[in-house]
Amino acid sequence: MDAVFLARLQFGLTAGFHFLFPPTTLGLSFLVLILETLYLRTKNGLYKDVSAYLVRILGVVFVMGVSTGIALEFAFGNNWAAFSRTVGDIFGAPLAAEGIFAFFLESVFLGILVFGRKKVSPKTYRLSAVLVFFGAHLSGLWIIIANSWMQTPAGFRMEGGRAVLEDFFKAALNPSTVVRYVHTILGGWTTGALVAMAIAAWLLLKGRFPEKAALLMKASLAVFAAAAVLQLGSGHAHSVQVTRTQPEKMAAFEALWETQEGAPFTVFGIPDAKNGKTHLAVRIPKMLSLLVHFDPNGKVLGLNEFPKEERPPVFLPFASYHLMILFGLLFIALGASGVWLQARKKLPGARRYLKVLLWAVPLPYLANEFGWISAEVGRQPWAVYKVLRTSDAVSAVVPVGNILFSLILFTLIYALIGAAGFSIILRTVKQGPGDEQADAQKGEA
Amino acid sequence: METWDLLRNVWFLLVGVLLAGYSVLDGFDLGIGALFPFLAKSEDEKRTLIRAIGPVWDGNEVWLLTGGGALFAAFPLAYATVFSGFYLALMLVLFALILRAVSLEFRAHDPKRRGLWEAAFVGGSALPTLLFGVALGNVVVGIPLDTRTEFTGNFFTLLRPLPLIFGVLGLCAFLLHGSAYAALKTEGALQARARKAIKPLVAATSLAFLLSFIAVWIYLPGGLKSLPAWIFAVIVWISLGFLMRSGKKANDKRTFLLSSSTFLGLWGIVGSIHYPNLIRATDPSLSLTIANASSSALTLKVMLIIALVGMPLVVGYTIFAYRVFKGKADAGGEGY
Repeated sequence: MDAVFLARLQFGLTAGFHFLFPPTTLGLSFLVLILETLYLRTKNGLYKDVSAYLVRILGVVFVMGVSTGIALEFAFGNNWAAFSRTVGDIFGAPLAAEGIFAFFLESVFLGILVFGRKKVSPKTYRLSAVLVFFGAHLSGLWIIIANSWMQTPAGFRMEGGRAVLEDFFKAALNPSTVVRYVHTILGGWTTGALVAMAIAAWLLLKGRFPEKAALLMKASLAVFAAAAVLQLGSGHAHSVQVTRTQPEKMAAFEALWETQEGAPFTVFGIPDAKNGKTHLAVRIPKMLSLLVHFDPNGKVLGLNEFPKEERPPVFLPFASYHLMILFGLLFIALGASGVWLQARKKLPGARRYLKVLLWAVPLPYLANEFGWISAEVGRQPWAVYKVLRTSDAVSAVVPVGNILFSLILFTLIYALIGAAGFSIILRTVKQGPGDEQADAQKGEA
Repeated sequence: METWDLLRNVWFLLVGVLLAGYSVLDGFDLGIGALFPFLAKSEDEKRTLIRAIGPVWDGNEVWLLTGGGALFAAFPLAYATVFSGFYLALMLVLFALILRAVSLEFRAHDPKRRGLWEAAFVGGSALPTLLFGVALGNVVVGIPLDTRTEFTGNFFTLLRPLPLIFGVLGLCAFLLHGSAYAALKTEGALQARARKAIKPLVAATSLAFLLSFIAVWIYLPGGLKSLPAWIFAVIVWISLGFLMRSGKKANDKRTFLLSSSTFLGLWGIVGSIHYPNLIRATDPSLSLTIANASSSALTLKVMLIIALVGMPLVVGYTIFAYRVFKGKADAGGEGY
């Protein structure tokens, strides 16, 4: 078997598994912050109980994120030594900065959120919630900086085969950093908020903690609906940026084989890279040009413009990009109908909607993964766009057998902690926000 | 000294500080993990011991991630060589750390598989405490590199006398540090067991330290010429000597400070005999040093600014967190 393929498979598996957790953390930490702030303002204990409930879930999600994140920090040296040698001058700094600025903040103050409610004042507790929120989002920023630099490298020069930093801010704020960051964060809010909505929906369907469940629903619906709508804008801006900075990637997203003025948007199709055709294609004429250039006759570059050895694969980016968009649109519909029901005060009793929410939980995760797959597979054959090929980025000294060994162990261990983590999160959810009997008594009195 | 040179030296020191900080902080929770079955007998004691490290182990482990990140950023060539060269050994450390990271949270919430997660906690702590020293010993004594600075040995190349002795020394020091923290944070029978473990562990650490000295003498004779290394060795001996006595008087805070200074002294020795190497090669002309393996002056400068802004904050709120959770741990309450 091919060492490059195995190394990519391992990175894909470990990063893809890891990427289940940080988006959840982003959304949940935002909700905890909102609830703690409301608690501090109103002194209403309901907010506190609901927040404490989310903190317990956040605690499990966070350790799974930490645990699976260590592997990625190691991976650039383990499997991608040539990558580290070639671009380490630029790529290492954001990873170190993430540790210094974000990880410490997040883990120290999450320790206080989980263990310290009674040991610190309410204000300090809320401050801890602020800092966990801030740390999680800062952590994301540094990772997005590192990833964006691989997509649209800037602020460096090549010297003796190595990339050397020339301008830190140009490298950090390269052409895709900001828009990718906003897009990823909104994806995280959508994810965490939908998880919280589904939890609230489940409690409402079971008739447990109705007051707290309605409160959780309201807070998470607000975040979800807003993030879903904003995501439409950020997704669009991201696509415009990709068209400008990585045109072959956009061509792969849209399976656009030939350069066209007035390029269509392909709603559905099965791309066939070998023959340069899309089977069963359903297209909206001129729509792609309109979307990315604001001009129905704008010119969009097709894959034919690029040498064969510099074209990304088409099927995977095309399929994952389109599914991501489909899910994004579904989220807007889901958020809008929730707000509509909420405005009519019908939401807690809308059983059909609540059941839909339960089934919708996997969708934001899939949308995140699809977005990530389209971005990373669409970057191929480059590890760093036009700087370093993926096939030249691997560790030369690691034998195929070793990678196979670690890949198998990763699969087993991740299956184990994935299954255990999932069942623990379900258990935590089932316990509910606080003491049921005490709540019921309060209600009777 | 040219600015670039100065920055390289500063970063050699800073990577060392991060790794030493990791040993002192995560060291005690690794040690507690490895000693777990020997210290805690009842479920109540187990919970107490876990809760003694529960709020802080995670932040402590960040020191390793940041140390690794700093090595990557400041000396990418050394990071690439050692992480790809020691692939299997580091994968073992990695799997141990992954399982350990989830083990405490999972143990608390997954009663059906409590035994499994407890084993993951113990094994996941014990394996790294041994392997960190082995890895460090290899880097210090020298590994076979080719002209492209790629490692040419295999997994068994790593199991040579000096690295193995360093591994045992590390293990003893981690266990000692763990029992010192356990004594500090607990009461009653648990504390008595932790205190009782200190003396034999001091003896074992001293013996391993003596063996390490002999190993350096045999395999790395140049190391004995370093004056700072001798000064740090004195610090280690003094710490170990006082530890022998403070074990009797049972001043737990002092015991913990002394086991910390033992660690710092050991890092001082390693840094002194290793400088300016990052990875010594069997053929010295191929060694990776701070001069030929570093990032550009600009990257080192940017990183230094990041560290100077960030690290005081980290130290500040880490101290704050330890003060929030100061005092004895108990078996009940929030968290796990």
